[in-house]
Amino acid sequence: MMTLLFHILAVLLMLGGVFFMLVGSIGLNRMPDFYTRSHAAGKVDTLGIMMFLAGMMVFEGWTINSAKLLLIIAFVALTSPVATHALTRRALLIGLKPWYRPKKDRGDSHAMAD
Amino acid sequence: MDIFFIIIAQVLCIILLIPFYRVIVGPTVFDRLLGATAIGSKIITIVLLIGFMFDRIDMFIDISLGYAILNFVGVIAMAKYFKTSARFCRL
Repeated sequence: MMTLLFHILAVLLMLGGVFFMLVGSIGLNRMPDFYTRSHAAGKVDTLGIMMFLAGMMVFEGWTINSAKLLLIIAFVALTSPVATHALTRRALLIGLKPWYRPKKDRGDSHAMAD
Repeated sequence: MDIFFIIIAQVLCIILLIPFYRVIVGPTVFDRLLGATAIGSKIITIVLLIGFMFDRIDMFIDISLGYAILNFVGVIAMAKYFKTSARFCRL
């Protein structure tokens, strides 16, 4: 009974992780600019892989492999946003221009801000 | 549960093709690197799923951790490399 409960929790966590990875991949293609794309790849993808590895930890149980999976989760949570931030900072220093909405698409509230 | 792992691995292999499109047609170098990072984070989970299928998870966890470290170090090295060669990046 307890094993079945843990398996259901593991399957739910893995499906959530696959969903967030799919959302991050679609956002990597749909966004208009490098900076917005890095927003999709830096946060959503990290959440997806962390949920997936947490599901694997629940499936594995109390073993040494579970502790190693926790180590991978901590490493990914530390390094994946740092790598994305390093790329974005380098792009900004080199001189890649951010994307703005074209003038004709803007409404009245945006025209006031100009 | 083995059937579930195989189906999830197939779905991940299909999801992996979406950032691969960004790697091929990305306008700048940074888009391609971002797509490569996204592909690497999915490869980590696929390697772990293969470990669960073969019942050798203790070996495949170390391979996956090494892949995560290489993914991070590669991106940091690229970000330091483009400091000196800005005129080679097509913006």
